[in-house]
Amino acid sequence: MRMKVLVPVKRVIDANVKPRVKADGSGVELANVKMAMNPFCEIAVEEAIRMKEAGTVEEIVVVSIGPEKAQETLRTALAMGADRAILVKTDDTVEPLDVAKILKSVVDEEKPQIVILGKQAIDDDANQTGQMLAALLGWSQGTFASKVEIAGGKARVTREVDGGLQVVELKLPAIVTTDLRLNEPRYASLPNIMKAKKKPLDAKAPGDYGVTVKPRLKVLKTEEPAGRKAGVKVGSVAELVDKLKNEAGVL
Amino acid sequence: MRPNGRMVLQAEGKRTMAILLIAEHDNKSLSEQTAKALSAASKIGPDIDVLVAGKGAQAAADAAAKLAGVRKVLLAESDALAEQLAEPMADLVVSLADGYDTFVAPATTTGKNVMPRVAALLDVMQISDVVDVIDAKTYRRPIYAGNAIQTVESTDAKRVLTIRTATFQAAGEGGSAAVESANAPADAGLSSFVENRIAESDRPELTSARIIISGGRALGSAEKFQEVILPVADKLGAAVGASRAAVDAGYAPNDWQVGQTGKVVAPDLYIACGISGAIQHLAGMKDSKVIVAINKDEEAPIFQVADYGLVADLFDVLPELEKAL
Repeated sequence: MRMKVLVPVKRVIDANVKPRVKADGSGVELANVKMAMNPFCEIAVEEAIRMKEAGTVEEIVVVSIGPEKAQETLRTALAMGADRAILVKTDDTVEPLDVAKILKSVVDEEKPQIVILGKQAIDDDANQTGQMLAALLGWSQGTFASKVEIAGGKARVTREVDGGLQVVELKLPAIVTTDLRLNEPRYASLPNIMKAKKKPLDAKAPGDYGVTVKPRLKVLKTEEPAGRKAGVKVGSVAELVDKLKNEAGVL
Repeated sequence: MRPNGRMVLQAEGKRTMAILLIAEHDNKSLSEQTAKALSAASKIGPDIDVLVAGKGAQAAADAAAKLAGVRKVLLAESDALAEQLAEPMADLVVSLADGYDTFVAPATTTGKNVMPRVAALLDVMQISDVVDVIDAKTYRRPIYAGNAIQTVESTDAKRVLTIRTATFQAAGEGGSAAVESANAPADAGLSSFVENRIAESDRPELTSARIIISGGRALGSAEKFQEVILPVADKLGAAVGASRAAVDAGYAPNDWQVGQTGKVVAPDLYIACGISGAIQHLAGMKDSKVIVAINKDEEAPIFQVADYGLVADLFDVLPELEKAL
């Protein structure tokens, strides 16, 4: 049986842009900043496309929860090779727990056999949504994946763990979250970008999925990290060793 | 209403329940990450129980019982828990949840895998990568790869936290807590363990090493990385790290990666060799006590965070450094 796969994607500040903290401490400046698809989400889209190219996947549905502009992120995923998109439109801050609740309803409706997500978004660095979605669905989870193999109703996932790699076997349906070395995402070609404009994109709202978005964490302050001052330049290895021994006392 | 605010807070303080710390261990021994997360937990409240879940994990439980400040150790053992997979681990923690209002784990790959699953089952928003405890409900955590620090206050009845251990000292020994056994819930059989491919090494672990020497893309090849970095590491008794660029280029294995998406470290001495200092990398090592940068390019951003900078070719300098040590 060929599977349906769901890939949630997030629109974030472009990975090459250095974020700036707002002077009033209320958050990070998002106005007039270049935005892009979260890099880990790109890897998730790419993995789904490779599964389709290998014949294990029949349809790829991408979903994004965010402002109207998140449409651009969905169009990027469609141009890469996804088949269909859902935008759950909201201008509110949606925490991972609410994202997982909305996604659970999307899963109930779409009935995919596998959901592939980025392991974390490079804005809030939470690393929670995939695990939370797995919990709410009562599904297995293979997080921080560097290899995914589907066979015999199971997914064999190689995970990047602190000491090296761990291989687990998941019963399907399952949740997979992507690590950096799972694949290298493709760029969308111009013809595919044109074609993507004609692919279906449904607009929904959190309420359509029975979820009222309400943050549980109050952000009291956002500030620049304490800076580190540049130290001194040394002229030779001998001077370096001397300083480390006698000045810093770390050797 | 305001004048009573303080009274209300105090009354709430008295109702504070206990903290459950989920231990990081490999059944045979307890990881130092647990002792560091315990330090963070002790800033939240005094009643801290440690959960050691595994199989044949008595030794790890005994080690946890010796840590200063532990009230008791819960030892849960079963086949399903042997490798601490997320599904049975989360079910276990949730089965114990009634007696606790705060759940803490180090932000290791195990903690990051298990805790959000616990949080969702408890209908709680997790606070990831805590670097500072303000009070029982308020924490500081980095966002945007450490380019900003957020202070957040939880409005949930229970809190689920992962701790960025690099910023906390390990709790000492001196405790003598009792070890009690806890029942593991029946395994739902959602996933199964196949194998671990863990690199065997005599060198110290990255996250607990006192000295780390890291190499970047300037090393040029896996062979050169081995040839130039490893002898100095051996001389120093140091752990070996790498930048993401070096790992992506195949010069060093994944588990050596230091940075936002790799390991976050804070050794006494961090020596960055041929590493330019991308934000991504700095996020993983800027809390080190002393940073040394060796780089040919004197404009490299790594020099802006280094205590000692040496503008030189690492292929000349590192052999010289090895001899000088």
